[in-house]
Amino acid sequence: MSGFTNTLLSGDGPRSRVLTALLAVIVGVLALAPFLFDGAQAINTAAKICVFIVLAASYDLLLGYTGIVSFAHTMFFGIGAYGVGLAFHFWGPTWTAGLAGLGIALTAGLILALAIGFVSLRVKAIFYAMITLAVASAFAILAGQLSDFTGGEDGRSFRVPELLRPTTMLFQMPLTGMSVTGRIATYYLIALAAAAIFLGALRIVNSPFGRVLQAIRENEFRAGALGFDVVAYRTIGNCLAAAMAVLAGALYALWLRYVGPDTTLSFAIMLDILLMVVIGGMGTLYGSVIGATIFILAQSYLQKLMVIASSAFKGVPLLPDIFHPDRWLLWLGVLFVLSVYFFPTGLVGTLRARAALQKD
Amino acid sequence: MTPVLETRDLTIRFGGHVAVDGVSCAFNKGTLTAIVGPNGAGKTTYFNLISGQLPASAGTVQLDGVDISRDTPAARARRGIGRAFQITSLFSNLTALENVRLAVQARRRAAMPAGPRRTLSEIVTRWDSDPSLQARARDYLADVNLVAKADTPVAALPHGDKRKLEVALMMALEPHVFMFDEPTAGMSIDEVPVVLDLIHKLKARGNATILLVEHKMDVVRSLADRIIVLHNGRLAADGLPAVVIASPVVQEAYLGTRSRAGRKGGAHA
Repeated sequence: MSGFTNTLLSGDGPRSRVLTALLAVIVGVLALAPFLFDGAQAINTAAKICVFIVLAASYDLLLGYTGIVSFAHTMFFGIGAYGVGLAFHFWGPTWTAGLAGLGIALTAGLILALAIGFVSLRVKAIFYAMITLAVASAFAILAGQLSDFTGGEDGRSFRVPELLRPTTMLFQMPLTGMSVTGRIATYYLIALAAAAIFLGALRIVNSPFGRVLQAIRENEFRAGALGFDVVAYRTIGNCLAAAMAVLAGALYALWLRYVGPDTTLSFAIMLDILLMVVIGGMGTLYGSVIGATIFILAQSYLQKLMVIASSAFKGVPLLPDIFHPDRWLLWLGVLFVLSVYFFPTGLVGTLRARAALQKD
Repeated sequence: MTPVLETRDLTIRFGGHVAVDGVSCAFNKGTLTAIVGPNGAGKTTYFNLISGQLPASAGTVQLDGVDISRDTPAARARRGIGRAFQITSLFSNLTALENVRLAVQARRRAAMPAGPRRTLSEIVTRWDSDPSLQARARDYLADVNLVAKADTPVAALPHGDKRKLEVALMMALEPHVFMFDEPTAGMSIDEVPVVLDLIHKLKARGNATILLVEHKMDVVRSLADRIIVLHNGRLAADGLPAVVIASPVVQEAYLGTRSRAGRKGGAHA
């Protein structure tokens, strides 16, 4: 690795050629997505991948690096989305409103993370998981009930600052004549922010602080015996992960120009993040890039693939039914069972282990 | 001179069982005290009370004249109580160097004033950005002959190496009080001298307060300035090695029977 890349990645490179290639393809395609594909679905998928890379990475900070199982992560995601969304909705589509909303969301998220941490990070992991589940459910119900403020189950649509609106024409590409709209500007804002946050997370896990988190995950007892305050470290780790999730939520709201319980607070999203981290490989951060990409691609395109498969088997008994697009969740499930079976340490873990074997 | 470490009437009860029963004992700077006694006598429990893994039911632990009985294990470690555990307790999926480096880091951190500034620099700097800390971690690995395995994950190390690493972690904490709990247990014959040399050197520095739980009587004889005997949780004898070993209470309590009294060296309880 060159010195610059090494610094950028905090000395923690992919450590596997296959993984490096995979990441290069993902980053390359995401960087050029608006110019590579036509149509709204492709760019929507790309933006969603960027947001969920950040969200999954922040969850990996908790689950993979600190060994904390939390079900309140979508709550922080929701706080970020609602913070920015409601600010735009009530205060108008200005940058000041958006930043103020983000500031409020970050503060609220940090206070909540701190409160949950102080109250419950000393208890056993299973109780902590239950407490976060309860708090997150309460928050989701609250968001649904306060309909005058949050829009209830319908959520809130809002307008974004002028520069980021789809109707804004910024300029035309010199050769292709393609027009660059505010939509594309929004995409790049999200992609660049996601990249910066991811690299920040990579630095955190490779800092002295990050090593202590790992030490606590490995052996809480000994970490304490060395003089590290386990509860303090866990609480700070929890706050950092929460702040990252808030940022991811804010980016997602910016992209959707809508905020509602289904897009940010639902328990289904919590399970999605969990799967992304596990499939990609816990405690690697790069796993969240791979996991989020595979998961969202599958979510977005599996149904399309199945339409093709289903029509290809027309006339054959049973097969068209099995591949009917309505069964896509079943196939998604099958894919995950297989991936966890064949890659128990996640894709990144498996690739790294293979690379390490070849080196010896 | 105030003793570095002192326990006063230190007691712990588990239900009706009194595992450590009113042990009062002072430990001075530059002295190596061996703690002996049959299995179940309360030696490791006594250690747990001193380093804070167990809360005392009664009595106090004083470090440099300050009562630390209410401190957490982490706070006691930061005050200078170091412990190498009898049952190896390491960070399995981190490398040997990372393990020792964590102890070096803990030592350095304890010396810095607490506050947001310390926390922030801890989060944003890179783990390997301070070569002096890395070098010091390597030195402590070298002291236990483990430099060649610096980058091996601890889970892949043989048992003897883990035992040595356990000791290296405590050494890297640079504590005032060193508590060795059967440091050579489970080591092969050729590995034992590495650890014993380390303890000899530590002793030769003259400023360390060392507590050693050890079953091998030859080791105790060669290292101890003083022996205390625990029996059924009570302090049964305390004094110079020759005197204590010869005393009837040790012959009975520790070596079991009077008939074995004449045997020399290598006696196991």
